[in-house]
Amino acid sequence: MLVVDQLTKRFGANTAVDNASFTVDRPKMIGIIGRSGAGKSTFLRMMNRLTDATEGEIRFEGRNVLALKGAEKRAWQSDCAMIFQQFNLVPRMDVVSNVLHGTLAKRPALSTVFNLYPREDIHRAIDILERLGIADHAAKRAEALSGGQQQRVAIARALMQDPKVILADEPIASLDPMNAQIVMEALRRIHDEDGRMVIANLHTLDTARRYCDRVIGMRDGRIVFDGTPEQLTTGVARDIYGAGADFSEDATSTEIRDPVAETEIRQAEVAI
Amino acid sequence: MMHSDPPFDTRAHYMALMARKRLYGGIVLAIFVALMVSGFILTNDRNAGGFWDGLPQIFDFPAAVLADTIPKLDRLPGHFLRYFPSLMETVNIAAVSTLIGAGLAMLLSLLSTRGLARWPRLIPLFRRIMDIMRAIPEIVVALVLIFVLGGGPVPAMIAIAFHTAGALGKLFSEVNENADLKPVEGLQSVGGTWFQRMWLGVVPQVSPNYFSYALLRFEINIRASAILGFVGAGGIGYDLRNAMAWGQGRFDEAAAIFILLFLTIVVFDQLSSHVRNAMIAKKGGH
Repeated sequence: MLVVDQLTKRFGANTAVDNASFTVDRPKMIGIIGRSGAGKSTFLRMMNRLTDATEGEIRFEGRNVLALKGAEKRAWQSDCAMIFQQFNLVPRMDVVSNVLHGTLAKRPALSTVFNLYPREDIHRAIDILERLGIADHAAKRAEALSGGQQQRVAIARALMQDPKVILADEPIASLDPMNAQIVMEALRRIHDEDGRMVIANLHTLDTARRYCDRVIGMRDGRIVFDGTPEQLTTGVARDIYGAGADFSEDATSTEIRDPVAETEIRQAEVAI
Repeated sequence: MMHSDPPFDTRAHYMALMARKRLYGGIVLAIFVALMVSGFILTNDRNAGGFWDGLPQIFDFPAAVLADTIPKLDRLPGHFLRYFPSLMETVNIAAVSTLIGAGLAMLLSLLSTRGLARWPRLIPLFRRIMDIMRAIPEIVVALVLIFVLGGGPVPAMIAIAFHTAGALGKLFSEVNENADLKPVEGLQSVGGTWFQRMWLGVVPQVSPNYFSYALLRFEINIRASAILGFVGAGGIGYDLRNAMAWGQGRFDEAAAIFILLFLTIVVFDQLSSHVRNAMIAKKGGH
């Protein structure tokens, strides 16, 4: 279904993604873990075609999506939704309009300019918001919502695209543990109920273990681990994060069982 | 650290610094004065009449206007009514050209902003186009167009819109540079076209600033459109030229037109500053 073949991205002398290859044969929930700067974001951005690759191919259902141009490229972007760490909504527009932006690639440009969407699209957008539990905020401006709510609006926009793949770039990194859990559960549910492939960049081990079917570990642009959550032992994690023997798994945790402040302090320590 | 370093005298050091600053300031002032004086002498020499000879006559025209108007104050309201339609024509020219110019400016500014441009390599091209549009005075464009198309409001409108596009484009592109790129990236990720990204991702962020600059430009364009009347583009400027051409004894009509223009500009100035203040208050308060 999805084949990533010797994918490489260089920024000048830096190699962000180095010869990455893996294959996915059916829709799964995949977590990519690694330190910041390991190339996780660059990989997702290449897959969504926000960034061009230097070398290699990404084949989805037999077609090399990296070679698409113009309208075909936009059609692929429409099939391959992306969720961002900072939500990337239009802050001054209302929630439903933001969700309807998911249909941009399929609508004639002129009607989107005047915010003219078909009635059934508007109803579908509200249904999706209902499914994610934020239909009450439908008419509010996106900037008036909390981070967790905004991220759910972003997920709603992704679902509005009716995509085959959902990419999530650190979807919970700017959320508190409570909202992080809501957002991760929403992504898992979308995978379970709709059978869509979800690829999420995560910087915490326990989230990857808890929600993903398969975990890919990246370090310095290379894939250093590819397996099931059960195979992800502490020793393997140490390798992925390049940490010493003092590495504690809790240090990457966002579980609610930890007091919030304590978690944040530990995260900060790992980041250093 | 400083306490253990007695030879370093803070006072003397500061005084030396101060003296140097004063010296530089003095030099700059001297250069400025020298440029002023030499420039004045040069222009005075080239001037047909001469500045000092002409200076006492400066107030001759306003005095003549006043002398003509004061005995005929009762006629002023009639003049106001008579010239009101041409004032509206002038304001209309200004409004239409501001709208068209702002639309063009929007497009040009987005095409010439780094990070937003449709064709990043063509940014210098669009910048130069705006420079040219800004550099050519309205009156030059208007004169050429009047020669080609004949007199009337259309050449004036095109001329002002042309200049406005260049002037506003520069200001708009500075506004664009401060736009948050995250929404634009979000719209790119769903497969939106460049136009959709700009219209839905950038314009909602920058429109209050666009609007405020466009209002400012509207005021300037009212004056520009009045001036273009002088060269045959219709509106109140044309009437003003005629009124002034009738000469001494009939300057009361010119006075009425001056008052009308003054009032119009005051009204639009107040209006636009009011609207802009309201918008800034709203933006800060959300």
